[in-house]
Amino acid sequence: MRIKKSRENIIFDIIVYGILLGMGIMTIVPFLQVITISLSPQEELAKYGMHILPQKITWAGYERVLSYGPIWRAYLNTIIRTVSGTALSIMVLILGAYALSKPYFPHRKFWTLIIVFTMYFSGGLIPRYILVNNVLKMGNTLFALIIPGLASGFNLIIMRNFFSNISLSYEEAAKIDGANHFQILRHVYLPLSKPIIATVSLWVGVGHWNEWFDSMLYIRDENKQVLQFVLRKLILEGTSVEEEMAAGTQIFVNSDTMKMAALILSMIPVLMIYPFLQKHFVQGLKLGGVKE
Amino acid sequence: MQKTMTISAKKTTWHDYKKHSTLFIMAMPLFLYFFIFHYGPIYGLLIAFKEYYPLKGIWASDWVGFEHFKTMFQGIYFIPVLKNTLINSLYNLIFGFPAPIILAILLNEVSNRRFKKVIQTVTYFPHFISWVVLAGIVYEMLSPSRGPINILLTMLGFEPIFFVADVKWFRTVLVGSNIWKEIGWGSIIYLAAITNIDPTLYEVAKIDGASRLQRIFYITLPGIANVVIIMLIFAVGKIINDNFDQIFNLMNNRVMEVADVISTYTYREGIKEMNYGYATAVGLFKNTISFTLVMGANWLAKKMGQETLF
Repeated sequence: MRIKKSRENIIFDIIVYGILLGMGIMTIVPFLQVITISLSPQEELAKYGMHILPQKITWAGYERVLSYGPIWRAYLNTIIRTVSGTALSIMVLILGAYALSKPYFPHRKFWTLIIVFTMYFSGGLIPRYILVNNVLKMGNTLFALIIPGLASGFNLIIMRNFFSNISLSYEEAAKIDGANHFQILRHVYLPLSKPIIATVSLWVGVGHWNEWFDSMLYIRDENKQVLQFVLRKLILEGTSVEEEMAAGTQIFVNSDTMKMAALILSMIPVLMIYPFLQKHFVQGLKLGGVKE
Repeated sequence: MQKTMTISAKKTTWHDYKKHSTLFIMAMPLFLYFFIFHYGPIYGLLIAFKEYYPLKGIWASDWVGFEHFKTMFQGIYFIPVLKNTLINSLYNLIFGFPAPIILAILLNEVSNRRFKKVIQTVTYFPHFISWVVLAGIVYEMLSPSRGPINILLTMLGFEPIFFVADVKWFRTVLVGSNIWKEIGWGSIIYLAAITNIDPTLYEVAKIDGASRLQRIFYITLPGIANVVIIMLIFAVGKIINDNFDQIFNLMNNRVMEVADVISTYTYREGIKEMNYGYATAVGLFKNTISFTLVMGANWLAKKMGQETLF
């Protein structure tokens, strides 16, 4: 009887571990193939068959991407927008969330509702485009990439809820010592709120890193475009570096190699902060799951 | 103290704004931002009822009433786009919705913590990668000459299929790649729900001789049923929304008839063709339905939440 049960158990385990292993492999294989293609010489790619693991390695694809000026420029632009955009967002969010977390904030419910409403209803693409481009004339500037998406109702509510859970007695004690709200925020709230600030910063930061659509909408100068947009052009619209490098001084490398190398280079920063991402995103998701 | 509290609770006056002016100044950038960048476009919805000329501005442009909405429903372009949007959402609901639940249940059956952690780490990863990059990867994986799936197909004696450019396959590509990207991430909320199940239930079931499969069906699933239902309600509430990032990056001329959805259509009509009024009308139509559905979903979820308390 006992043996039979454990046999059942083993079979069950084999199935569960097997399916999960399969899922894991299915997630990894595409990335492996991209790495392999990015490292393979052209004659390898022309061969029929699987390209999961590299047979021969060449760095030609990477050399070509790195010698392509616009990629560097785009990388820099993305870093600039990510850093400045995230910093500005977090500042505005922290200040607003702090104020709205106070039960005595005048008309608190009304102001919160004003913000929450925008989570469910928006003007949509065209009115936003007209506002940013035609009315505010932000087109073709960094502002168009960092201001229109400055804060979301969701991020604000998450942060406000976190602040609300900080006991008001800290505040009262600080007030007796003569501290004003800015000082209380800085010296009492910020040190206690590191996890939520990290979480929301990462949300906003990854959003900036992956964003391309606003760059396509608002930016006209080639040298102001962000990384994801340049990647998109390179990979999906088939802009050939051959054309742009015109003179043809380079030896031709299969452009697939180059495309995949560009993909890998764009993922490296995400991969580097992935341990933090995983930790804080999961935490944030659980915080967000808490009822409003 | 008590007295002043009740008075101030009753009526907020300008005096309170003065008293808490520092707080109000702190919130000012946020309020200004929401006023300009969220309520500005809502005001801009007026152009759905106008013939917008950029030189005249929104207010001075001529009114056309419901003309754009008429064009929308009488024209031949919008209805197929609406249909595609709903069909894609429906497929995502049928196939995409259960996927993370199944993953969460499987992960919960794993006793080796390290294995569990590795699978989680791996399956969460694609969530953080942009659709621009993932579209490049999808094209590579489904390539007729190099993609592993096509290589398997030819090994089995089938013709290779150009999935991404095939009208019959494109929806499968959308649903499949979305599951691939989000399955791990989506499982987090269900895993959290499973950890809330009382462990003694499993112990008792074990003593009663319930098999592991029985424990899944009689303990785990009922234990997370509430969360599943809430998530389902919200997923249904989003049925008219589509994933612009995904579809725009994967679509190509050969699959337009099945790939074109409301967001991509709005972009094309509004930004490319500069039919501002018409595209805004399409957006307004979508947003109104979306708002109604999500509000309905919220209402339903709240109602269910209350019931589950008792």
